[in-house]
Amino acid sequence: MSTAPMLIQAESVSREYRLGETVIRAVDAVSLRIEQGEFLALLGSSGSGKSTLLSMMAGLDRPTSGAIRVRERNLAELEADELARYRRETVGMVFQSFNLLPRMTLEENVELPLRLAEVDRSDRQSRVAEALERVGLAARRQHRPSELSGGEQQRGALARALVNRPAILFADEPTGNLDSVNGEQILLLLREIQHSLGMTIIMVTHERPLAERFANRIAQLSDGRLVSDGAQR
Amino acid sequence: MKTRDLSELAVRNLREAVLRNSLTTLGVAVGVASLVAMLSLGVGLQTLASQRLTRSGLFDAVFVTSLRNFRGPRQPPPPDSAAKRESRALDDDARQQLSKLSNVTEVYPQIRFITDVRYVGKSESTSVLGLPDSSRSSGAFEGMTGKYFSSPAAEEAILQLEFAKLLADQPSSLVGKDLTLRYAERAALSKDADDEALLDAMMGSGKPGGISIVPREKTLRIVGITESDPSAGIGGFGGARVYLPLKTAEQLHVAQPDDVQAFLSGNPAKPSYMAMTVRVRSPKDVPQVEAAIKQLGFATFSLLDATKSLRLVFTVFDLFLGLFGSLALTVASLGIINTLVMAILERRREIGILKALGATDRDVRSLFFAEAGAMGLFGGVFGVALGWLIGSALTWGTTIYLHRQNLPGVKISYVPWWLALSAIGFAIIVSLVAGLYPASRAARLNPVEALRYE
Ligand SMILES: Nc1ncnc2c1ncn2[C@@H]1O[C@H](COP(=O)(O)OP(=O)(O)OP(=O)(O)O)[C@@H](O)[C@H]1O
Ligand SMILES: [Mg+2]
Repeated sequence: MSTAPMLIQAESVSREYRLGETVIRAVDAVSLRIEQGEFLALLGSSGSGKSTLLSMMAGLDRPTSGAIRVRERNLAELEADELARYRRETVGMVFQSFNLLPRMTLEENVELPLRLAEVDRSDRQSRVAEALERVGLAARRQHRPSELSGGEQQRGALARALVNRPAILFADEPTGNLDSVNGEQILLLLREIQHSLGMTIIMVTHERPLAERFANRIAQLSDGRLVSDGAQR
Repeated sequence: MKTRDLSELAVRNLREAVLRNSLTTLGVAVGVASLVAMLSLGVGLQTLASQRLTRSGLFDAVFVTSLRNFRGPRQPPPPDSAAKRESRALDDDARQQLSKLSNVTEVYPQIRFITDVRYVGKSESTSVLGLPDSSRSSGAFEGMTGKYFSSPAAEEAILQLEFAKLLADQPSSLVGKDLTLRYAERAALSKDADDEALLDAMMGSGKPGGISIVPREKTLRIVGITESDPSAGIGGFGGARVYLPLKTAEQLHVAQPDDVQAFLSGNPAKPSYMAMTVRVRSPKDVPQVEAAIKQLGFATFSLLDATKSLRLVFTVFDLFLGLFGSLALTVASLGIINTLVMAILERRREIGILKALGATDRDVRSLFFAEAGAMGLFGGVFGVALGWLIGSALTWGTTIYLHRQNLPGVKISYVPWWLALSAIGFAIIVSLVAGLYPASRAARLNPVEALRYE
């Protein structure tokens, strides 16, 4: 592991929310180094700042202070457009609530990142097919999200996150809305992706047993602070 | 994002929320339609009026009379500068001179005389007028019974309906029949003419030559009966009831009331005319031509002032119609703003997802912008069609009404290309402007908050 190059380096990252007089420190001086190819699980009780930290690393939000370096580029200092490009090219995201666009078919949902990244039309079909194949939904490509089960929707979302071949996959409670069977299926897929594509995966979860089974490393947040960080077997 | 992907997404978003978007588009369409309908009415009425007025020959004509006719024999010359110029006779030399002025298209004398008209034993005294060939297209003969003169010098006559009724109970039965004019011909006397001595005795000797007045008859074929009076409108110039081709009328050499005066003033060989009409290229040339004619020493009269005020009325009319139409479009654009702002609230999550997937602020803004523009385009095209339909319906209704009144139908609404295209362009621009605020609000949406929103 120590031979792998450093991918993400969070240095004393804080994120504050101001609500009138009160200041809420959602993330409080967290420092974290993530190597390429790692599968990191972020654990913590509700409101401990997991989603906030993940959003900042995924380039959706900016830290109030501190730096997040991804391949030596500090996300906190990027222009809005560069940050959008980072999300487009380097990052894939999966959410608890799937977040497929309900008005589009599965296929169109998966094609969306390719549109945004201005990938050639001629390449798109094969890449969409490939991504859907990987999550086992090739037969459902014409279906709308409402015609899919929760597990299928999450796999579809995973295909959409993978289609641009990002270096990092962020998943915010990807199993939160699924039963244990479907949840396990998703995690198996994530591990498979980690191994076959060499992708770095950072996943927020509430379920310690799942994290212990699938992640290489578990970091725990409490009240915005990193309280433990350790490698699994 | 590429423009093609952007427009595909925009169209797909519009399609997916068909009800709401088509209602908004309909709002734009109604706005555009009322704008187009109003302006097409304005354009149509204006075209109609100016066509009729131009063809009537009233507004592109200068009426020329000799200054002499305007004062009695004992009155002193008027004290203006014109009096210093030579007071000239309106003869063929003058006609040549007038037709050489720039922007003059046609010069013709007014030939009008009162004569006896005979038809199958009936005899009526009436006023006869020579018509230049250009009056064929004046619109005055639209809907007349029979035909216009077959040639500029045909021995044919057109009767005014009221006059025709005096000659026959069934005026239309007169077409194709012959009628006879009895008139007095003016002829210059040759030296050895028999009646020279007589004339000398009458007028006193010492004059070179002289004129004779000889009664003549002329048979003309009636070719048409017209309801309107093609010469009406100018004070005193209207009121003729029998019309001949101008050339035919000229060849009759009918004795004119001022022949004697012309004879006395010393040039009996050259007949002079009571008045001439000078047609100019367009109404805007009237003032310049009129000034030039005055310079030549003639009196002039034109109806230009009437067109000026008419144009003013139409400009104000257009302005008001456009104002009401724009008001309708403003309401429509408020509809667009409303739809898009509501769409932002409804589509917060979608915007958050797009941003999470790497859409830039610009992508999101362009998407909303494109949707607004597309609604403008569809609304504009649909609105122009609708406006054209409304205009056509108005024309149709008016025509039916006019036919009931035994009048020919007219096109009161007219949608020219420039109106259609600029209405569509206007709709797109208004929609884009209406989309500015919603689009930039959507673009500024914080993705984290947008995604949290359920
Ligand atoms: N926009 C905001 N304004 C104010 N406070 C916020 C905002 N977003 C998050 N917070 C606060 O920051 C803290 C961390 O929130 P966060 O969503 O990161 O928690 P979490 O660990 O993901 O919790 P959960 O497990 O319930 O998802 C919470 O106390 C939350 O109330
Ligand atoms: Mg969370």
